[in-house]
Amino acid sequence: MERNFKIWRGDAEKGEFKNYAVKLEQGMVVLDAIHRIQVEHANDLAVRWNCKAGKCGSCSVEINGRPKLACMTRMNEFSPEEVITVQPMKTFPVIKDLVTDVSWNYEQNKMIPPFKPRKKKNGIDHVMYQQDVERIQEFRKCIECYLCQDVCHVLRDQDKKEKFVGPRFMIRLASLEMHPLDIDDRIPKIKNDFGSGMCNITRCCTDVCPEHIQITDNGIIPLKERVVDRFYDPVRWIYNKLFGNGAKQE
Amino acid sequence: MDYSDIQTIEHDVLVVGAGGAGIRAAIECADKGLSTGIISKSLLGKAHTVMAEGGIAASLGNVDSRDNWKIHFRDTMRGGKFLNQWRMAELHAKHAPDRVRELEEWGAVFDRTDKGLISQRNFGGHRYPRLAHVGDRTGLEIIRTLQDFCVHQSIATHMECTGLDLVLDGDKVSGLVGYWRDTGRFVLFKTKAIILATGGGGKAWKVTSNSWEYTGDGLGMAYRAGAELIDMEFTQFHPTGMVWPPSVKGILVTEGVRGDGGILLNSEGKRFMFNYIPEKFASETADTEEEASRWLEGDKEARRPPELLTRDVVARAIKKEVEAGRGSPNGGVFLDIASRRPAAFIKKKLPSMYHQFKELAEIDITEEPMEVGPTLHYFMGGIRVNSDSQQTNVPGLFACGECAGGMHGANRLGGNSLSDLLVFGKLAGDGAANYINSLTDQLDCSNEEVSKIIKAATDILNREEGKNPYLVHEELQSILQTYVSIVRTGEELASGLEKLQALKADINEVFAHASAQYNPGWNEALDLKNLIITAEAVTRAALIREESRGAHTRLDFAGERVEGLEYNIVIKKTESGMHAEKIQRDDPPKELANIAFASLKELEGENLGA
Repeated sequence: MERNFKIWRGDAEKGEFKNYAVKLEQGMVVLDAIHRIQVEHANDLAVRWNCKAGKCGSCSVEINGRPKLACMTRMNEFSPEEVITVQPMKTFPVIKDLVTDVSWNYEQNKMIPPFKPRKKKNGIDHVMYQQDVERIQEFRKCIECYLCQDVCHVLRDQDKKEKFVGPRFMIRLASLEMHPLDIDDRIPKIKNDFGSGMCNITRCCTDVCPEHIQITDNGIIPLKERVVDRFYDPVRWIYNKLFGNGAKQE
Repeated sequence: MDYSDIQTIEHDVLVVGAGGAGIRAAIECADKGLSTGIISKSLLGKAHTVMAEGGIAASLGNVDSRDNWKIHFRDTMRGGKFLNQWRMAELHAKHAPDRVRELEEWGAVFDRTDKGLISQRNFGGHRYPRLAHVGDRTGLEIIRTLQDFCVHQSIATHMECTGLDLVLDGDKVSGLVGYWRDTGRFVLFKTKAIILATGGGGKAWKVTSNSWEYTGDGLGMAYRAGAELIDMEFTQFHPTGMVWPPSVKGILVTEGVRGDGGILLNSEGKRFMFNYIPEKFASETADTEEEASRWLEGDKEARRPPELLTRDVVARAIKKEVEAGRGSPNGGVFLDIASRRPAAFIKKKLPSMYHQFKELAEIDITEEPMEVGPTLHYFMGGIRVNSDSQQTNVPGLFACGECAGGMHGANRLGGNSLSDLLVFGKLAGDGAANYINSLTDQLDCSNEEVSKIIKAATDILNREEGKNPYLVHEELQSILQTYVSIVRTGEELASGLEKLQALKADINEVFAHASAQYNPGWNEALDLKNLIITAEAVTRAALIREESRGAHTRLDFAGERVEGLEYNIVIKKTESGMHAEKIQRDDPPKELANIAFASLKELEGENLGA
C-alpha cells in the first residue's frame, strides 16, 4: 500500500511543502517513512533521529499539526486515505527541512544553578528512601524532546523566550528543588529569572509529553506554590522582614 | 587551499564523542585544568548511552553484602572467556563503585533499597545483584547527570560536529578536521591530545540495536592514523532484540527482563535454556525449574536460572531453537514475564519496555509474552590502548568506552558497559593530562594534510553522478548480516571479505546531491569510509581466530582451543593494506590469576588476593 506525505522542505530563508509517496510495510512509524523518502527520493532530506525507540527525544516534529516523536507515531494511527503532513517544530528557528535550531534550550539549562548535595552522613553513602525519590524520578524521565517547549503558548505564540524557560526547564528545576539531597535555594530565581508566573496552566505541555510526565500538576504548580509561599504569604513576609530570608530547609 | 580560510579552534584536548565515556573524559580533563572541547555528531544528551537500560555494574554490595571487587573481576574474566586484558578488568572492578557514588554526588537518582541505599539488580553473568539502576532507563539517568554536570565545568561543547580525520605532526597527534552538520562548513581543531570516545560500529549489520551514529568513526580515524585495533572478531549479539514488526527489528529488549524473573520459551512452551548450560557454568546454574524459582524468590542457597547465562550463550541457544523449528511466528522465541510477575511490578521495574512494546508492537507485556531474537549490540574489540593510560600507539591519541578494546575480552557482561564508560573515561582524561604535562614539542597542523582531508570530503559533493550512499550502506549491511553473523565459517568469512573488497569501489564512487548544509546523504557517504574499515577488520580477525570463544562462534572450529588463550588478534594498516596478526598474550599477574580461578567461597570470605 502506498501512502502520501507532505513534507516541509527548505531552510531559514524559504521553504515549501513537497509531496512524496511511500510504500508501507507492516508496523511502520512515520520516521520509517521519512527514511524511505530519504533513500528513494530525497537523499538530502534533513531529519534528526537516534534511538528509534522513544528514548532519546531527537525526532520531534509536527505531524498533522500535533507535536510528536516521529519514531513513536505509527502509520496505522491514520486513516488510509489521509495525507500525512510533517513539518518542523514551529517554536524554534528552522535550520533545514525538519531540523530546527534548539540551542536556546541548552542555554536555559546552563543558567540553572546546578545540583548542590548535602554532606554524606557516614562519609560513604547517601541515604534516601524510594518514597522520597519517586516524585523526582518522574521528572527525570524527561528525554529532552522539547515537544513541551514547542507547544507552550508563552514560547510558541507570544515568543517570550526571554521571560520564561518553558515547561522542560520548570521540570528540571522541580527535580532539583525536590531532590532530597539538594541544599541550594532556587525559588527567587524561579520567580524572577525563570518566569514561573508566565505559565497559565493550560496543560498543553502535559498533553504532548511522550513520557507522560505530569508537567503542570506535579512540577509547575508546586513550584508556583513555593514561590507564592515565599513571596506573597503575609506571615512569611513579616517573618522574613524580622529574621531574614531563610534558605531552603533540608 | 590554505587553511587560514578555515575556522580554527584550539584546545589542549579534544574529546570526540559525547556519550558516557566522552563526557566523563572531558570532565576529568577540565578538572585537571586543561582547555577542553568535546564534539558530537548529535545533540548533547542523545548518544547511545541513553539506550542502556538495565544498569551499571559495581560491587557496592548493597543488596548482597557477599559481593566485592574480586568477584566482579572474576565474573568479568569468566564472561570474557579469559581473553580480557587482565589489568583493565582489574581497574574496572576496583574503580566502578567510586564512579557510581560519584554520579550520585552529581545528582543521579538511582532506585533505592529498603535501607535507603542504591538498589542493585541481577543480570547475566554477575554472581550477585550488582547493577545499580533506575527502572529500565539507567542510561538516560547517567547521560543526563553527566550532561548537567559538564555544562558547569568550562568545557566547550561543539554539538552536531562530525570528525573526519586526525592530523599528525610527525608521529604525534596535533589536530582533527571535522565539519559542522548544520552548515556543512569545515573546522580544524588544533590540539595537544585527542580522546576518541565514538562508540562501536553496529551499523555495519542490518539487525542492530545501534543508531545511525555507530559507524566506527573512531576505529576508522585511529586506523588511518596508524593506531592498532584489537579483538575485533568479538562482536556481541544481544540475545533479546525485538523481532516484530519489521520496522523495529533489532531494537533492544533489556536483559533486566530476565534479571527480574523473565523466562525464555520456545514454541512448545518449553524453557529451553536448561538444555544449553555450558559445563563451565553448570555448578553455578540451577538445573531445575524448581530451583530457578526459589532463586527468584530470594533463596540465597539456590543457583541462578539459566536465562541469566552470558549473552553469547543465550544468543546462540535462541538461534538453535529457531533453526530447529521451535521458534515464534516471527522468527524469534518468547520472552515471558507476564506469567512470572504482577503487572504493577512489571510497570514499575520495566516501564520503558512496557511503553516500547505497547506503542511499537501493540503488545501488553504484563499480559502476553514478547517475541525476541539476537541483535548486533556491542563491539568488545576496538582501538588498542595501554591499560593504565588509555593511550594508543600513536602519541597523544587516547581511546575509551566502546571504541576501545581489551576490557571485555571475548564477551561483555551486561552492565559492564556503563561502568566501563565511566572508569575508562576518567582514566583517559588522566592519561591525556599526564601526556600533555610532559609534552615539550610545539605541534602544528600542515596545510597539506588538512587540505587533503577536506578535498576527500568535498569530492563526494562535486561529482556529476555516482552511487546512492544509502543503497551502498544497505549492501554493506547485508554482506555482514549474511557472512559475518552470529555463527561463522571460514568459507563464509572469506566470501564476505571478497564482497567487502568489491564494495570499496562503490564507496569511492558515492555521490551526494545538493549542498553540504545538513545533508544526511553526504553525512552517510562520509561515514561509509569508517564503516568499511570496521567491517573489514571484524571479518579479517574472525577469519584467523580458528576456534569458538565467547561471542565468536565458528561452525568449522567448534569449542575453545587451548592455544586460543595465548593470543589476541591485532589489526593495523600497512602499505599493502589491512593486516591482521596474532600477538602473544602476557602471563597474568599471579594475584589476579589466583582471584580469577578461585572458588566463590574463598572470595566471599575476603581471605584471598590483593
